[in-house]
Amino acid sequence: MNILVCIKQVPDTKIIKVNPKTNTLDRSSAPAILNPYDAHAVEEAVRLRKVHGGKVTVLSMGPPQAREAIKKCVEIGADEGYLISDRRFAGADTLATSYALFKAIDKMMKEDGVDLVLCGKHAIDGDTGQVGPGIARRMGIPPLTNCIKVEEVDLKGKTMKVRRKIENGYELIQSTLPCLLTVEKEINQVAYSPLPNMLRAARYNPIVWTVDDLDDVDIKQLGLKGSPTIVGKMWPPAKSEGAQMIEGDVKKQATEIVTMLLQKRELFEVKGGEQA
Amino acid sequence: MNMDEYRGVWVFIEQRDGDLVDVGLELLGAGRDLADKLEVDLCGILLGHNVKGLSKGIFEYGADKVYVIDDPILEKYRSETYMIAVGDLVRKYKPEIFLYGATSNGKDLASAVATEVMTGLTADTTMLDVDLEKRLLEASRPAFGGNIMATILCKKHRPQMATVRPKVMKKLEPEVGRTGQIIEETISLKEEDLRTKVLEIVRDTKKAVNLEDADIIVAGGKGIKDEKGLKMIEELADVLNATVGASRDIVEAGLISHAHQVGQTGLTVTPKVYFAIGISGAIQHKVGMENSETIIAINTDPAAPIFDVAHYGIVADAFEIVPILTEEFKKALQHVEPVKEKEKGGVAHA
Ligand SMILES: Cc1cc2nc3c(=O)[nH]c(=O)nc-3n(C[C@H](O)[C@H](O)[C@H](O)COP(=O)(O)OP(=O)(O)OC[C@H]3O[C@@H](n4cnc5c(N)ncnc54)[C@H](O)[C@@H]3O)c2cc1C
Ligand SMILES: Nc1ncnc2c1ncn2[C@@H]1O[C@H](COP(=O)(O)O)[C@@H](O)[C@H]1O
Repeated sequence: MNILVCIKQVPDTKIIKVNPKTNTLDRSSAPAILNPYDAHAVEEAVRLRKVHGGKVTVLSMGPPQAREAIKKCVEIGADEGYLISDRRFAGADTLATSYALFKAIDKMMKEDGVDLVLCGKHAIDGDTGQVGPGIARRMGIPPLTNCIKVEEVDLKGKTMKVRRKIENGYELIQSTLPCLLTVEKEINQVAYSPLPNMLRAARYNPIVWTVDDLDDVDIKQLGLKGSPTIVGKMWPPAKSEGAQMIEGDVKKQATEIVTMLLQKRELFEVKGGEQA
Repeated sequence: MNMDEYRGVWVFIEQRDGDLVDVGLELLGAGRDLADKLEVDLCGILLGHNVKGLSKGIFEYGADKVYVIDDPILEKYRSETYMIAVGDLVRKYKPEIFLYGATSNGKDLASAVATEVMTGLTADTTMLDVDLEKRLLEASRPAFGGNIMATILCKKHRPQMATVRPKVMKKLEPEVGRTGQIIEETISLKEEDLRTKVLEIVRDTKKAVNLEDADIIVAGGKGIKDEKGLKMIEELADVLNATVGASRDIVEAGLISHAHQVGQTGLTVTPKVYFAIGISGAIQHKVGMENSETIIAINTDPAAPIFDVAHYGIVADAFEIVPILTEEFKKALQHVEPVKEKEKGGVAHA
């Protein structure tokens, strides 16, 4: 089974700081990590390979540092990693990103073909979740988003069944192969990497391509130029005027809150309806 | 692309088992405002099987037109079929703005359609406005984990598309009897040509947590520390017939399930009363609850950012004050009881 996983290196948004003077992000304040959802996607690919054989290849678009994220994937168990890195890719929104990744997949898979493409549910820096379905559309394969479980893979019959998370539940969906899944964290737990993987990752050098390594690329569809959306203004989230503080000892504070809330008539009604 | 050919504001109306999903109606409210400003029609896009009857409600909530495609092949949502159907509509009727609810299916569809018709899409918008002169949609959203707000523009492509999270926009009061034009379209897909099939839909009906519809939410954060603290807030919630909410940190600590989480990666809630107990008020939490009618924050740290969004602030140890609150409410509510779920809607008797 030939599995391709798209992975992204992202700033750890838990730690990132905003420069209050310029309203821009201070990227140096945050360490770069493998997008957490993508780690689950790689883990799932490795699990499927264990059962069905084949190969797990990861692909990322980003600056040269993104090699580190690819090495992390090798640690999880990926066989091979490609990085497409070029100034001409920079500033891409989701439409331009899916175009560049699609072109790379096309080239990478020319020989062996691909049975399954995996993506994370979303990248934690952009939080959009749009790249996966975009790639699927460009490849002409079905996208199955928000997957929480692979139920069945039938390589001979070229079909698979997955659980897709929806509001208050899930749906069981069957698709022909190849298809593209985006995965939720629930799909698996990323296991601790065995030592040989760590050693291999430490020495591993991802294959790096520029735009010129891809075939038939329309430069106008790449990077900033190929991005229909642009960022207008940025501003720090609004601060409101602040709370009315309730002073006094806890007893007094509590009484005041209770009295205040009981005045909200629509929330409470008289028992037994005697005063209705 | 001749952008002047593109006119009108569209809203994708998601239906689930033949019922309209709220977020579509909320977007009609937001879309009405945009359409009025731009002086164009507001249109609902309705797909499914035996769904034409739902148009009535769509008009009542503000639409001027409803485009319907009613076909057995569209009975259950699938990217594969919906993307083609919606893509065809866009190419034929050329809307300038197209909004979708940021539900699992809404996001899935919007992403696929954006690639299908090659246009820009802004995810999880929380504010919508329009630059009238340029007829430009200004879709704003928290970016970088909510650390900053950004306005996203799509200047040279049409339609301008955005997904919007449930509960962020407001439904209009339905105008009973309001009608409009129904435009029926067809789709020529054959089941045997399709590659995906929905085999089963399993809804977790016992899901007791219904944060989005709760009138009162008692939410706890890291400040409640452990099981004991959780029990304490559950008791308060109990007396008030409230639902328990949570910050991400206690969800991640395994104290309570993700269904309770409020915030950017949880739910957006707008209850009448929101208690934030031992919650610091990180921006990712705030974006999920700041539109609550009354926010009461309890925190030992007078500088906690939660006090910036709260209406009432109490600097106190939760372990001291919450049990007192529970007792006092219990006493006060002996003769009065919180309105039960099923009785809601009938306005205050007391
Ligand atoms: C991409 C991203 C998405 C996120 N999504 C969400 C989300 O959806 N929802 C969410 O909640 N968070 C989210 N977060 C996490 C968020 O940044 C905060 O880490 C989290 O909200 C903090 O939770 P907390 O307030 O419970 O904990 P803390 O920040 O640790 O705050 C605990 C508070 O309790 C107070 N306290 C301590 N003891 C007591 C006591 N005895 N009595 C009263 N008060 C006490 C403290 O003063 C402190 O203010 C997200 C983060 C990122 C990066
Ligand atoms: N630059 C990128 N390189 C490789 N994969 C990406 C890139 N951007 C996004 N993806 C993939 O698309 C998913 C969704 O990203 P997003 O649409 O940006 O939220 C991620 O989890 C990745 O699997």
